[in-house]
Amino acid sequence: MDDKRKVVIELQNVKRYFKVGNEIVKALRGITFKIYEGEFVTIQGTSGSGKSTLLNQLGCLDTPTEGEYYLDGTPVRKMSKSQRAKLRNRKIGFVFQSYNLLPKTTAVENVELPLMYNKKYNASQRRAAAIKALQAVGLGDRLEHKSNQMSGGQMQRVAIARALVNDPAVVLADEATGNLDTRTSFEMLVLFQKLHAEGRTIIFVTHNPEIAQYSSRNINLRDGKVREDTINTNILSAADALASLPIPQDD
Amino acid sequence: MSILNLFKVAIRAIFSNKFRSFLSMLGIIIGVAAVIIMMAIGQGSKESVRANLSQMGTNVITIRPGAETRGGVRQDPSAMQTLKQKDYELIERNKKYVTYVSPEVTSSGQAIYGANNTTTSLYGAGLDYLNIRLWKIEDGTFFTEDDIRKSSKVCVVGKTVVNELFPDGGDPVGKTIRFKSIPLRIVGILKSKGYNSWGMDQDNVMISPYTTVMKRILAQTYYSSINCSAITEELTDDAIAELTNILRESHELKGEAVDDFTIRSQQEMMETMSSTMDTITIILVVAAAFSLLVAGIGIMNIMLVSVTERTKEIGLRMSVGARGLDISNQFLIESILISLTGGVLGVLVGWLGTLLCSSFGLPATIPLWSILVSFAVCTLIGVGFGYFPAQKAARMDPIEAIRYE
Ligand SMILES: Nc1ncnc2c1ncn2[C@@H]1O[C@H](COP(=O)(O)OP(=O)(O)OP(=O)(O)O)[C@@H](O)[C@H]1O
Ligand SMILES: [Mg+2]
Repeated sequence: MDDKRKVVIELQNVKRYFKVGNEIVKALRGITFKIYEGEFVTIQGTSGSGKSTLLNQLGCLDTPTEGEYYLDGTPVRKMSKSQRAKLRNRKIGFVFQSYNLLPKTTAVENVELPLMYNKKYNASQRRAAAIKALQAVGLGDRLEHKSNQMSGGQMQRVAIARALVNDPAVVLADEATGNLDTRTSFEMLVLFQKLHAEGRTIIFVTHNPEIAQYSSRNINLRDGKVREDTINTNILSAADALASLPIPQDD
Repeated sequence: MSILNLFKVAIRAIFSNKFRSFLSMLGIIIGVAAVIIMMAIGQGSKESVRANLSQMGTNVITIRPGAETRGGVRQDPSAMQTLKQKDYELIERNKKYVTYVSPEVTSSGQAIYGANNTTTSLYGAGLDYLNIRLWKIEDGTFFTEDDIRKSSKVCVVGKTVVNELFPDGGDPVGKTIRFKSIPLRIVGILKSKGYNSWGMDQDNVMISPYTTVMKRILAQTYYSSINCSAITEELTDDAIAELTNILRESHELKGEAVDDFTIRSQQEMMETMSSTMDTITIILVVAAAFSLLVAGIGIMNIMLVSVTERTKEIGLRMSVGARGLDISNQFLIESILISLTGGVLGVLVGWLGTLLCSSFGLPATIPLWSILVSFAVCTLIGVGFGYFPAQKAARMDPIEAIRYE
């Protein structure tokens, strides 16, 4: 492997146990891997295999019971809550399955949200960054639309713009296409591939095995352990796949 | 997040639930308005009582018979008969800090003129009485030294007595009326003083020479009180000391012997009055303040609902980097805004209420500090009752919060 690339994420034997009543649920049983800058990683596995738990670790929303996690060289496990909040704010972009936009709020305001918690940005810089991110996801003409006036695909684009606005070290997506139809899902994939081409590091949790073909690496989980970790040398183009989809007929 | 943005978020949250926000404000509005009105009435009545008392003379000193009563001990009736002619004369002869002196005896009963009658009070007084009590003669004259010496059957009357006995007009001066069947010739009419703040008609009076009232009506040899006035309000204490000395000598009280008379100044009266009024005001304000407490609990309730409703939003904000402090500030500012807006509206309503009270004749003036206190209290309520919901929001786990449906 080409070890000259920069390591963005490093997990060393990360374990995460939950106490449920008297029982201990072992959601992650020792996970070790490195993710390099510019990789597009899909994480797959059966339901309950620990994908979301792993992503929460990567996103600094949760800390390991055991093991260590380095994000961009910073050890996360011993950090305080507000230090982790700051880390999320500066280094991570989240995309959720259910978009999670603020209701009755315009696209620009939604995208500005992470920068609200960063004192380095003033109002005009915030707006400029938000507009740039929205243009990057193809919503340059929907800046002032409110979240309830948009389609699912558009809302997810706003969510992706929000994840990009702080120029994060890594973009994390949990079932980001789970609520969308096939066509819109492929549109999202096209977008993620474009971001990948621009050099972004992306980690994409999905149920859909097909999607692995469009990423550069696929990690398969089972029972809280890495079952398979493969590099995809033959990355398919989501744009081509989208073009070959049947055009939906209007009734 | 910056304060400005926190305010924007809070205002948006309040406006997205206008009716609910208004309902939780309503408690504060009512509470603050009640406090303001109570304070205004307290302040207003105090001012009007003061004005009334000073109308009766601020440097008045009243000597009553009998020792100062403490703990409700009953006094022998003979102890109430200690003020006599001799005391009056001694005061007249020795006074230095006292300008005017007048004995006073009172009797109430019916005054009759022709077919008309009215119940009134007859005061027996000396020549200085008008100067002490700040009465003025509007028509005719006051009775004279000579009238006192001869116990003349003359009187001056107040406006109410005139109106009751002479409903058809005509000049009452020179007419003879009867009080308890004693004929009294009217020599003068008192200038009206109106009602005092207890609602007592100050014009329902008659004044005759004290000798007349004592000999012809009451058949007694003692005074019910002696009225004096100090040279100035500031010299009241010296005047009281002087009077005490004169009376102790006159009554042959030596060493440890207790005074068999009581001296009160109008100043003392005013202070007692003020402090009584203050107590009443405090009780009213405390009662009103309890409604603010209830209002605060209302705000806490609404904020808890609001926090629960916005669990997902809290989770999202946390996931994009909001710290617990940012979240708790957001909700604190929201609850402060609700209670402070309620406070502003409450002051407004209280002000209108005060105007209404005044228009109904209830004396009411808003003390400025009560407005400032209201705002301070509202901020405290906002912080105090918003704190718990804000902490609840700040302590949420981002993962669980964002999954919340
Ligand atoms: N907060 C928690 N408390 C207790 N157990 C938990 C908690 N979170 C996850 N688990 C358990 O950890 C295991 C892994 O859960 P996780 O959500 O990571 O699975 P997943 O791979 O994302 O599944 P899915 O594909 O259905 O989303 C499950 O057995 C789950 O019950
Ligand atoms: Mg999951």
